[in-house]
Amino acid sequence: MQIELRNIHKHFGPVRANDGISLRVQSGTIHGLLGENGAGKSTLMKILSGYLSLDSGQILVKGRPVSIQSPAQGIRHGIGMLHQDPLDFPAMRVLDNFLLGRGSRLRQHRARAKTELLQLADRFGFPMDPEEMLSTLSIGERQQLEILRLISLGAETLILDEPTTGISTPQKVQLFATLHRLAAEGRSVIFVSHKLEDAEELCHRVTVLRHGRVSGEIEAPFQSAQLVRLMFGQDLPPSERATIPTGQPVLQLDHVTLPGPRFSIPNISMTIRAGEVIGLAGIEGSGQRLFLHACVGLVRPSSGQILLDGQDMVGQSYHHLLKSGMAFLPANRLEEGLVEGLTLAEHCILTDRENMPFFVRWSEAREKARQKISEYNIQGTPDSPIESLSGGNQQRALLSLLPSHLRLLALEHPTRGLDVESARWVWDMLQQRRRQGTAIVFTSADLDEIRERSERIYVFSGGNLSGPVDATETSTTELGMMIGGKAYEIA
Amino acid sequence: MNNELLRTLATVVAVSAPLVYAGIGETLTEKAGVINLSLDGSILLSAMGAFATAYLTGSLFWGFVVAALIGAAVAALIAFASISLRQDQVAVGFVLTLLCADLSSFLGNPFVHKPGPAIPNMPIPILKDLPIVGPILFSQDLVVYGSFLLILLSWLWTFKTQPGLRLQGIGERPEAAFARGTNVNRLRFFYTVLGGALVGIAGAAYSLDIKLGWSHNHTAGNGWIALAIVIFGGWHPLRVAFGAYLFGGLKALGSVMQRVAPGVPTQIFQAAPFALMIVALLLVSGNVLDRLLAYLPRRTRQRVTSLVRSSPPAALGKPFVEE
Ligand SMILES: Nc1ncnc2c1ncn2[C@@H]1O[C@H](COP(=O)(O)OP(=O)(O)O)[C@@H](O)[C@H]1O
Ligand SMILES: [Mg+2]
Repeated sequence: MQIELRNIHKHFGPVRANDGISLRVQSGTIHGLLGENGAGKSTLMKILSGYLSLDSGQILVKGRPVSIQSPAQGIRHGIGMLHQDPLDFPAMRVLDNFLLGRGSRLRQHRARAKTELLQLADRFGFPMDPEEMLSTLSIGERQQLEILRLISLGAETLILDEPTTGISTPQKVQLFATLHRLAAEGRSVIFVSHKLEDAEELCHRVTVLRHGRVSGEIEAPFQSAQLVRLMFGQDLPPSERATIPTGQPVLQLDHVTLPGPRFSIPNISMTIRAGEVIGLAGIEGSGQRLFLHACVGLVRPSSGQILLDGQDMVGQSYHHLLKSGMAFLPANRLEEGLVEGLTLAEHCILTDRENMPFFVRWSEAREKARQKISEYNIQGTPDSPIESLSGGNQQRALLSLLPSHLRLLALEHPTRGLDVESARWVWDMLQQRRRQGTAIVFTSADLDEIRERSERIYVFSGGNLSGPVDATETSTTELGMMIGGKAYEIA
Repeated sequence: MNNELLRTLATVVAVSAPLVYAGIGETLTEKAGVINLSLDGSILLSAMGAFATAYLTGSLFWGFVVAALIGAAVAALIAFASISLRQDQVAVGFVLTLLCADLSSFLGNPFVHKPGPAIPNMPIPILKDLPIVGPILFSQDLVVYGSFLLILLSWLWTFKTQPGLRLQGIGERPEAAFARGTNVNRLRFFYTVLGGALVGIAGAAYSLDIKLGWSHNHTAGNGWIALAIVIFGGWHPLRVAFGAYLFGGLKALGSVMQRVAPGVPTQIFQAAPFALMIVALLLVSGNVLDRLLAYLPRRTRQRVTSLVRSSPPAALGKPFVEE
């Protein structure tokens, strides 16, 4: 089904998410929509599927202008979207998820829907148990269900927003095969991604977005250099690996077993030295978070010993550990790291552990906040509520609030949701910390980030820990394979 | 079975009927993701309105209609404040609780302790002669039969129909329901008002049937119990109904015990049902149950878990903003 977008504009407050985008997708093709985080891809696709309304512009389906005001209208025009964060119902059954939103008849026709779901699943080779609770499925399986659901609703244009994040390598292979098949059946597929290699491998044609505009459109075969130039404006500088000498052991884990809710991670032994960076790779929920929590004393191991600077830290209070130079930066910045509703100045007061007068010294706090703003280049004022800052600035604020001397810094997805410049800035800050002898442990969903930024890499896969892998000698593919369950011990 | 036991059980079924109406009404509202906290007040106000209407017009029917309208109107206020103005549901609900209670005292003053009409008993032919269930279930009145029907219908609606799936969806994950073509806020409005109407009927069921007449704070406390029963019932219509009957049964047991053991202070028997409800709540939601369930085979476990487990609708109390 041919789709055309003409001069689409959409802004959120001052942010021009889509600034005059035009795009044409031919039927029977896989069309890539490439761009770095924040380029406006999701916004454009939400507009096309009816999830968001547009400010101005025109949508044409099969050459005829249409108005798509709601997802229901989108599907009526044959446009179905798989959202970046799967929009489904974990607390309900697979079949309920499949049924929900199919017309407004009174009866459910469960038996009929079940047969249809199983037939479809069979056709695409997806394993599917209709009575299973959705929460027990992996992200990849939930994606598969969504694809089947959209197809059964008659979607002729299928939009997939960043579908390869968080799924295993075999699931990705299967996904790509499915998309090829859908295209061969005459449907159009719009594949949204910020990953070059995915787009190169899969797409017939790629449109690149940058800062809310189309920066170029290319036909396969693609040249990576050209795509990179369109995405980022210039070639990515080869990442220079800072050589920072490692020092004394900071954290030592000795045959530690960590108890988790779904699985426990047995027998971890490792040593983290001052100035060293350890990357933790794995699909979300494979145990990295548990491990990070254990490193900073938020989770108590069920057996084994964790030494911080040679001292047993098991059983110490979190407060004590913070005092001895630990810090943890969670991924949910607003939920666990910062206090929504408080300003930057108030955060300065909260986190100042050395100097705690009974009455708050407001002018001092504001002055301190102003210092941090200029030192850490935060876009905001001492009195702006923390949630009004953008993601990058919230991360800057969090970093600015860390105590000046740290032994160990544990970070969860330190650059998630940040634009390239902010992400680079965050790592510059972290490099400075390393030079002062701070050891860094971090998780990331971005394998390139892990490969570039860490020295040793550990891979989590369903509660199994493998590694360490030398970051300079591994490849993204190898890590991907390990994450996908093909873990092997590397001496 | 002896006659007295049958009669007690029949009474339990009858006195629990208003709690069934209110509990299921609130369940529907909360399933949609909205909390109507005003139950205690709106039951009072609608009980008063029902009695006053029936007293003045002599019509029981109009009494129930007015009560339903009052309940619906209070709920509509909550829906408007929380959905349209995006105010805090708990705060608005709480203020309305107090407001409605005071209003019922003020407006109901002329009707205090007046004799009024009552719903007549209406045993169902043939069914009433069945052993055991006949006297317990089928020698009641229309209001009680209505509560049976409501239990059945609300369960069927929520779990067996297509609109019921949408209802679950908007309370679980409104963004996802929206992506599937649901007008989330309109539906939430609808279920809040519908639930409110049922709460209103609960009020009428008190003043025109179960606790006849009107006095200041006539039904006070029952709204809070209904709210607790919804949690106890894990937002599942059948379990909520079970909770209502359990509570009614515990209260009846209290008055029996009072006769059996006259030496014990009466307050103990009056308070016992609440304490027992808390214990039951702990059993349902605690680890004890998890351990027991772990012995079941996987498939059965999923089923049993979904039947006995209480987890609130994931988006309960959270407003939904269309982008
Ligand atoms: N609901 C929203 N409210 C405010 N800003 C938004 C919203 N959605 C997206 N944005 C902003 O619009 C820009 C484009 O976002 P998005 O379309 O999600 O980018 P992409 O999918 O390419 O990463 C970003 O700067 C983002 O912060
Ligand atoms: Mg996106």
